[in-house]
Amino acid sequence: MALSPRRRARLSRGIQYAVLLVLVVLVVGLADLGQLQEDFLDVEIIKMMFPDVIVTALKNTVLYTACGFTFGLVLGMVLALMRLSPVGPYRWLATGFIEFFRGLPALVVFIALNTGVPIAFPGYEIPGGLLGVATLALGLVGGAYMAETIRAGIQAVPKGQIEAARSLGMPQTRAMRSIVIPQAFRIILPPLTNELILLTKDSSLVYLLGYTLASVELASFGREILNQEKNFTPLVVISLCYLLITVPLSIAVRRLEARSERAR
Amino acid sequence: MTEPQIKPDAPAIEVNDLHKSFGDHEVLKGIDFHVGNGEVVCVIGPSGSGKSTLLRCVNLLEVPTSGQILVEGVEITDPDIDVDKIRSRIGMVFQSFNLFPHLSVMGNLTIAQQRVKKRSKSEAVEVARKNLEKVGIPEKEDAYPAHLSGGQQQRVAIARALSMDPDMMLFDECTSALDPELVGDVLAVMKNLANEGMTMMVVTHEMGFAREVGDKLVFMDDGSILEEGVPSQVLSDPQHERTQSFLSKVL
Repeated sequence: MALSPRRRARLSRGIQYAVLLVLVVLVVGLADLGQLQEDFLDVEIIKMMFPDVIVTALKNTVLYTACGFTFGLVLGMVLALMRLSPVGPYRWLATGFIEFFRGLPALVVFIALNTGVPIAFPGYEIPGGLLGVATLALGLVGGAYMAETIRAGIQAVPKGQIEAARSLGMPQTRAMRSIVIPQAFRIILPPLTNELILLTKDSSLVYLLGYTLASVELASFGREILNQEKNFTPLVVISLCYLLITVPLSIAVRRLEARSERAR
Repeated sequence: MTEPQIKPDAPAIEVNDLHKSFGDHEVLKGIDFHVGNGEVVCVIGPSGSGKSTLLRCVNLLEVPTSGQILVEGVEITDPDIDVDKIRSRIGMVFQSFNLFPHLSVMGNLTIAQQRVKKRSKSEAVEVARKNLEKVGIPEKEDAYPAHLSGGQQQRVAIARALSMDPDMMLFDECTSALDPELVGDVLAVMKNLANEGMTMMVVTHEMGFAREVGDKLVFMDDGSILEEGVPSQVLSDPQHERTQSFLSKVL
């Protein structure tokens, strides 16, 4: 029996839906839903976690991420401009820095800053306390990644743009600030969002710096209750909280992209 | 850095023994050239002849290897000169328009006025509107470059350059990237400018424009000026063999 290509495509689509349906039925049917609910969706534990999970843990995660990202963005910008500098030593320095901090696990950076700095410089303290160290560590790691993204964005702006700006009498720095960098940021908006989301998750490493009831972030908060209650519900709750940060962020960026697309 | 001292009676552009090399490749081989005040000089020649490089040297988008360039009597090849000051007196129009895509037409026309000339926003907008009127698209001030046709984009680019009140304009093959039916609009704007007495250096393939509007025609080949003179004479009675063969192919 020979099928026409279109019929075959329809049949294949039908099979794909059938497989999906079977999988769902299997999972739902075979899984012990009662046990699942007990271990992962314990209403009592959920009730207990509120409102602290939002007003403290979620707030702190957002705070650490925002501070780390802001510092990382500034650092990344400086590094990107150094990478593009006509002065050799600046380029080498930036390249070395980027390679070093991109290659290092964020975990190591946190430990090094937290324990290494006080040992190396006795009596010196990183300003800003816990938030200061978290900002510095997240910024160093994020900045190294963002530097390469920003550099690529700057290089993706056509050379004619800077020529046009210079021919109007703009000095190099003004042309960069008003013409090249705004266009570069439009180009790199998607990878930069990626970086922000990665950093949101990296902020869970702040637990390495120790935490108090007031400074705890999502992951540590969840782990704390997990250990205390011997139940996985807190993990579900904090996972949803992470999504609460990242999903609206993605939507906002997609809107922003669509808007700048219209202006292109 | 020295403040450039403009000499009003000096020729707009004067080029003496200009050489330019890219690596081992010598693109300009000793150019002597000048554009008088209010003159329209058209530069023609085959691609790779160095005509665009010569034009780009005049506002130092290319830095000459040796030789001297004077703009309004100021030696711009002097390393101590404030290049940005000079550039803001020279309007430039590119083959690929090079409008700023992230700014509206009005933004394109006002940003350098405000940042370089330090004009107030309202003054810059007023100048911009006057120049959009001049190039025939006053209704497009809120549009973004991507929403304009090539001919409109190039006219915006001309208006952008004019908004800096330049003493002279450089045109670098500014109709070569346009659809044939849009070329006329841009050439009409350039012709009006010429009639108003603007000093212009025009690198072009539009022989009709050169004949009609140009005061002088320069033929370049292989990094040298081979022939120059009154456009109608050069075009109808070329003296140099290379000019003859080039014109026989393009006319």
